Amino acid sequence: MFKIFRDLWQITKKDLIEFTRDKLRLATFFIMPMFMMIMVGFIFPSQNSLKNISIGIVQSQSGEIGQKLADSVASLEPTAGSKAFKVTQYSSIEAIKDGIKKQEISGGLFIPSDFSDKIVSGGQTEVTIVEDQSNPQISQMVDAILSKTVEGFSQALGAEKLSQILITVNSLPQNQEHKVSIESIMTPIRANIVGLIAGNPNYFEFVAPGIIAMIVMTAVLTGLAASIAREKEQGTLDGMLISPINRLAIILGKAFAQSIRGLIQGIIVMILAIIFFGVTIHGNVLLIALILLLGVFSFVGLGILVSAVATEQETATQLLFMFQFPMLFLSGVFFPILLMPPFMQTISKIIPLTYAITALRKVMVLNAGFSAVQNEILILLVFGIVTLSISVPVFKRVITR
Amino acid sequence: MKGSMENIIEVTNLTKKFKKFTAVDRVSFNIKKGEIFGFLGPNGAGKSTVIRMLTTLSRPTSGQAIIAGGDVLKDQDEVRKHIGLVAEKIILYDRLTAMENLEFFGQLHGLTKSEVYQKSLKWVKKLKMEEWLNSQVGTYSTGMKQRINIVRALLTEPDILFLDEPTLGLDPQTTHLIRQFIRELNGHGVTVLLTTHDMIEAGALCDRVAIIDHGKIAAFDSVENLKKQVKNKNNPTLEDVFLTITGTEIRDIAEGRTKIAGGFGPGMTKNNSRVR
Repeated sequence: MFKIFRDLWQITKKDLIEFTRDKLRLATFFIMPMFMMIMVGFIFPSQNSLKNISIGIVQSQSGEIGQKLADSVASLEPTAGSKAFKVTQYSSIEAIKDGIKKQEISGGLFIPSDFSDKIVSGGQTEVTIVEDQSNPQISQMVDAILSKTVEGFSQALGAEKLSQILITVNSLPQNQEHKVSIESIMTPIRANIVGLIAGNPNYFEFVAPGIIAMIVMTAVLTGLAASIAREKEQGTLDGMLISPINRLAIILGKAFAQSIRGLIQGIIVMILAIIFFGVTIHGNVLLIALILLLGVFSFVGLGILVSAVATEQETATQLLFMFQFPMLFLSGVFFPILLMPPFMQTISKIIPLTYAITALRKVMVLNAGFSAVQNEILILLVFGIVTLSISVPVFKRVITR
Repeated sequence: MKGSMENIIEVTNLTKKFKKFTAVDRVSFNIKKGEIFGFLGPNGAGKSTVIRMLTTLSRPTSGQAIIAGGDVLKDQDEVRKHIGLVAEKIILYDRLTAMENLEFFGQLHGLTKSEVYQKSLKWVKKLKMEEWLNSQVGTYSTGMKQRINIVRALLTEPDILFLDEPTLGLDPQTTHLIRQFIRELNGHGVTVLLTTHDMIEAGALCDRVAIIDHGKIAAFDSVENLKKQVKNKNNPTLEDVFLTITGTEIRDIAEGRTKIAGGFGPGMTKNNSRVR
């Protein structure tokens, strides 16, 4: 038993030395997670992504209150120091539509010329938000922010008018006991949002655990299959097979080397996420490591199976790509599984990555303890045991074909 | 050193099938302890497949092979302790130095680093590689790689050394060095099983040879006896023997099917010089 571990470690050590001598592979090893992180971190929308979006406003004839509304839109700052919109003045709603067609602006706000007058005279007025339908994501954001700003502005105006009325109402003798407040009329119900952790996690905090799990696991899966296939192709596998060691030591030694590499990449990603993307790890680091390790364990069997079947490195890589690609989308790395159609949700349930990511998210974002992730841990464990007990005998048989 | 009567390798009806294709067909031969045995045959005749089975790298479909007293199917680890293999492909990692390679494979055989160093040093000196031990193997020429590859195979002091075309693609100087080395090893009592296309090499080194063709043993005898079987030529070489037995047609093997241009070669039919 001790011998198997010694042999296993020799093979692991050999694989890692070999790996560190390959400068190109070493470089990609470090660059790949950074690349991945930077791409995902900056491309996906977060509060930072709403910056300097060009919109058009028509307000020149709309009077003093119209001017105020336009100013509050122009000075909107979702994050301190950077404005949400870059505002250009337009003369008419048609001009705004033209501007959208020419892609000069991504939306517009039309404030009619009788805007201020109608408000002052006690009537209701309206503004028009023009959206760019060619770009649903941006227009959705622009719509939401403009509507919210208009709504807020409108509420403030309403509150101002109401306060004047309430002075009279509250001075009536029958209302001396229970004075009526502005809030009790304008917003009698307020929704309180309570999270489990302090602060407001951005999309990146949702994605980061997924990316970490994904990088670690693809490293193990492709790395293991490619490395066994390479040794097969070059003939060096025979050198190991001809020595009086347990075949399990060969498989596990190589798997172990890949796992170490994967975990190092995972740590790099985690550090990058913390430093550059403001991700906070709320949970226990040891529990995170355990989940990652089990995630790796759940994948090793599949990697071995593929490398047993594939005789060449290229075949192995291609076969794995076939697995990996759907896995990326179905395991909930980027999109919540709950939003997928039921059929896809079923598929996602048979992918071990799903459980690794779910558990990782619970721990990293929500500071969940062991009991909250024990089901995922159990599933990963079972996955690993089942795939290994299939793949190891297959591998043993196939390599002495 | 000429062979004693004891058989160190006994092969009986060894067969290997890949799906429908029979790569090795009921092959039987024996190798005496201490001899240099040549295993000759055209491309795709089944030489390497036989070696893979004898070195426990491939499971025979049927038949038996006893290596140094151990069965290749039942006593694999026992067999592995007695053999060294120089396969068609060089078993060394390019990114490791020669010494690191030797240490790695030595340790898998249960040797310590210092044992590896001690055991390899004499072979390394004989093969003139001592200056290069700390360079990465990837920087070597083919000849240098093959010399370290041979040292690797000898680390465990095997009783039997399998050499699958050890001088293929090497320059005359290295070839000469390696042949000399094989003789010297044999002088130390190592039994050698050598496959080669090179009839001069086989004639110069081997005590006995087996010629394998289409997965079957076509001839099996001492080099001298085989030469006697070539009737239509004075002073025949081993090449004459080889061509007489296997014919002059070029073999094309694709997807496991053998295609022969024309019929069998001149002289004999395939099996008529079989000696057991």
